[in-house]
Amino acid sequence: MSLLQVNNLVVEFPHRRGTLRALDDISFDIAPGEILGVVGESGAGKSLTGASIIGLLEPPGRVAGGQILLEGQRIDNLSHEQMRHIRGRKIGAIFQDPLTSLNPLYTVGRQLTETIQAHLPVDGAEAKRRAISLLEDTGIPAAAQRIDHYPHQFSGGMRQRVVIALALAAEPKLIVADEPTTALDVSIQAQIIQLLKRVCKDRGAAVMLITHDMGVIAETCDRVAVMYAGRIAEIGPVHEVINQPAHPYSMGLMAAIPDITQDRERLHQIDGSMPRLNAIPTGCAYNPRCPRAFSRCTAERPDLLAAGATRAACWLHDAHQGVVA
Amino acid sequence: MSAREAVVAPLVQARDLAKTFDVSAPWLNRVIEQRPRVLLHAVDGVSFEIAKGRTLALVGESGCGKSTVAKLLVGLYEPTRGGLTFDGQDAHAAYRTAQGRQLRRRIQMIFQDPYASLNPRWTVEDIVGEPLHEHDVVTDKVQLEGRVGELLKSVGLSPQDMAKYPHQFSGGQRQRISIARALATEPEFLVCDEPTSALDVSVQAQVLNIMKDLQRKQGLTYLFISHNLAVVRHVSDEVGVMYLGRIVELAGKHQLFGNPRHPYTRMLLDAIPKMHDTGRSRTPVQGEVPNPLNPPTGCTFHPRCPHANERCKVERPALLEFGGARIACHAVEEGRI
Repeated sequence: MSLLQVNNLVVEFPHRRGTLRALDDISFDIAPGEILGVVGESGAGKSLTGASIIGLLEPPGRVAGGQILLEGQRIDNLSHEQMRHIRGRKIGAIFQDPLTSLNPLYTVGRQLTETIQAHLPVDGAEAKRRAISLLEDTGIPAAAQRIDHYPHQFSGGMRQRVVIALALAAEPKLIVADEPTTALDVSIQAQIIQLLKRVCKDRGAAVMLITHDMGVIAETCDRVAVMYAGRIAEIGPVHEVINQPAHPYSMGLMAAIPDITQDRERLHQIDGSMPRLNAIPTGCAYNPRCPRAFSRCTAERPDLLAAGATRAACWLHDAHQGVVA
Repeated sequence: MSAREAVVAPLVQARDLAKTFDVSAPWLNRVIEQRPRVLLHAVDGVSFEIAKGRTLALVGESGCGKSTVAKLLVGLYEPTRGGLTFDGQDAHAAYRTAQGRQLRRRIQMIFQDPYASLNPRWTVEDIVGEPLHEHDVVTDKVQLEGRVGELLKSVGLSPQDMAKYPHQFSGGQRQRISIARALATEPEFLVCDEPTSALDVSVQAQVLNIMKDLQRKQGLTYLFISHNLAVVRHVSDEVGVMYLGRIVELAGKHQLFGNPRHPYTRMLLDAIPKMHDTGRSRTPVQGEVPNPLNPPTGCTFHPRCPHANERCKVERPALLEFGGARIACHAVEEGRI
């Protein structure tokens, strides 16, 4: 059974001139121990998907439809108080900027023990022992001394390790990591990704990894979902999505990324830009930019259809259409 | 390289450029608390040449001095040591005199953040037209509009966009406006400081393609600063790798990516997640960039280097030529790697 199941999730922002639909009919699931990558350009709805799962949608944003199930139980309709117990205990979160996820006025030890004691029935000494072992696990040297340091005394990479330790503190089943390496230098990024992969594997935690960096996705994830204008354009095993993408948007995206291993005279460019939420085209949202759009694309919105090893929201893969990509 | 190219003097030549910032405590604290002067060597002896129509890329992690080099080249900083020769004349001497105006017209800069580098209260016409006014390129309004329209067209925008304000454009379009502004005075040399780092990949591809097209059409020379090695591989002819204010390896693109020699270059190349290597597992180099206020002795990379020996801890390696590449490493010099 899947650990997390998202069914037809819709997130809306009421606005004085109507309602903006930021996420439209998103469905996916994550198995225990699996790493699912979510990629897309800014504004595609990646972070919003993560925020609705953790229950941290900023008002006036609201879940307007669909369900989110964790271990078979609905969590999208829980009260704030009930959600507070799930967050941290069952779902851990890692954000982009480690400095803003830590309280600058408390030592990292105090933040860790507080989190542990809030969720687990342990005494102070045991909480501290666990905090030290978490810091050791995440690769912080001299953890027993550094536990009494404040966040500003750590470097960027070390701070992100503390944040990971904090997310793991109550041994959650699911970790939502929103751009965990974007603010870091490449050599530190490699260390953090390796760490995230290792600690999650050791603990059997599932991860939803949100990033815009395809390289990070390729190296870390089992499956990947490509998002475009609030919908999933394609979802499937990471190797297939990168090497044989089925959706024209994923194809364009992969070709637009400069490759470190080969020379290319020109990069493929997708002309135009992603539509604004108040001007989503009818039919497939990608149709104005799609080189292979035909009449049906402007009239009818495609749902995820089987396309080889992956599933793509594209009419090219409709069996009745008779067109094979 | 052909013999003809070899004899042409490079357009841009930096000789031992250095910039030191004084980050000491205020004078009174120094006197009363007897605190020492603290100097930050942001750039510490950087030399390179760029031939006309070519692109040199500088890569490195945050704090290695890439952006300081950019600001030194365009004259936003005065160098502490060394100098810059542009088309045969001493650039920093010229910047101090009336001739500087002429030079500034020939050297322009593109900044990283297209949200911060455009004045939100100005229309695109004002923004792109400012350098034209400043350098007296145009004399009347009709001429100005014509020229701004041409510039916008050259970066793939419409002349009708002239009346709009920056907030009406997306990030990629704004970056094209900054390119149009930089091109207004028909410069020969463009210093681009992370021009695509703030952009999404599909938009990054649009901007990189425009920059390459412009280089081909107008024979522009670029200094391209980036932390993204894949982008650098795409745009550059030569690549300089910087670490703590110094160039550690400077080589042609194919040589650097095909046969990296310096241990830091190898580490950087290995640290990048490769798109087509799904599920690859590796052991990244440990450690972090040291504090530049208190850099390690000798070769500043030695605490993280797998090939470091006693000599590396005490003696700073010079940038020497090995088979067409310039490398600052004792291990390479001694033939250990």
